[in-house]
Amino acid sequence: MYTQALDSPEAAAADERESERLERFQARIDRDEKIEPKDWMPEAYRQTLLRQIAQHAHSEIVGMLPEGNWITRAPSLRRKVVLIAKVQDEGGHGMYLYSAAETLGVSRGELIEQLLSGRAKYSSIFNYPTLTWADIGAIGWLVDGAAIMNQIPLCRCSYGPYARAMVRICKEESFHQRQGYEIMLTLSRGSAAQRAMAQDALDRWWWPSLMMFGPSDAHSVHTAQSMRWKIKRFSNDELRQKFIDVTVPQAEFLGLAVPDPDLRWDESAEHYVPGPIDWSEFHAVLKGEGPCNRERLEARRAAHGAGRWVREAAAAFAEKHREPPHAAPAG
Amino acid sequence: MNEDWVLYEVFIRSRSGLEHKHVGSLHAADARMAIEHARDTYTRRQEGVSIWVVRSSDIVASDPAEAEELFEPARDKVYRHPTFYAIPEDVKNI
Repeated sequence: MYTQALDSPEAAAADERESERLERFQARIDRDEKIEPKDWMPEAYRQTLLRQIAQHAHSEIVGMLPEGNWITRAPSLRRKVVLIAKVQDEGGHGMYLYSAAETLGVSRGELIEQLLSGRAKYSSIFNYPTLTWADIGAIGWLVDGAAIMNQIPLCRCSYGPYARAMVRICKEESFHQRQGYEIMLTLSRGSAAQRAMAQDALDRWWWPSLMMFGPSDAHSVHTAQSMRWKIKRFSNDELRQKFIDVTVPQAEFLGLAVPDPDLRWDESAEHYVPGPIDWSEFHAVLKGEGPCNRERLEARRAAHGAGRWVREAAAAFAEKHREPPHAAPAG
Repeated sequence: MNEDWVLYEVFIRSRSGLEHKHVGSLHAADARMAIEHARDTYTRRQEGVSIWVVRSSDIVASDPAEAEELFEPARDKVYRHPTFYAIPEDVKNI
């Protein structure tokens, strides 16, 4: 913004003030201070956070759809109440995150508009279909497991409102993963058909779950700056590795095979080494070519449209019952 | 695009005997709906026994730019803390 008038002394002074501010800001981050909504922050910091928090919020909202698909067909009342509670949690997480995003100067209306218009991104994992009941198990175990791996470091994120929302979310997310694993455990100890169903779900969700951590570090555009700002604490590849290391033994316990013929244990590094990830699939789903991209957005638009009369009625009711301005005390 | 509903700040008392604590915010058409949304959004696991909601626009906040002049003066007043005073070991119950 100063480039047009670089020669003027005022512009030079403004430039200097800006760089001083940036230095002070980075020093606060380096001291592990939290940044709060009304504090000064660089525009790029605000934009980075806004993009990340909004995407995260949209993911929670769209994430209700694949699982919501199985609420009416859950195999028992227990499974059904659990699934309803989990999907309700995802909605709640979306609300916490939208609120956090709004502290950065965007309205709720704009955020919803971005999602419904298809301009906003959300996690590509939710563009895969839930074909069988075992998918509900695999989502809880793998998708929520990967999400937890991503989200725990975010509890220490430098932006206060985001960090606080993440603390709340992480506390709730742990039940999601455990209920998923419990479903997988039940199926894997069941009939041959149930075991096959569990294996099929693992086969379909394994790779998309690994892709949830984002592109590999070499191709991640935002990682370095986000780490300097302590928005991110670990790189995509570090988190992915951690996830693989904890998840492979869990699959072994289930007696299921991870669908990666190249997967091996590296004794000296004490890590599992996976085969190469097919990033062309990731990019295709991100671009909108996933199996359910269109369906997900249509479902959101339909819900938003069908709820319009409720919102309008609530607003009209509120208007009608609005308290009159305080009257002057009677004399 | 419709205009957003009013933004409310939510405060929850987690147990009787404790103070209400800020937990987050939400939008609602009116105060009654704000309480109902707060209940669904912030107390799904018995996090509270009482809810306050306040319109965000009604909150008056100190300015972060004034933080230094407001709060720095307390920094060198260490004599306001009990540990400032050296009492011999032999003196009990003080």
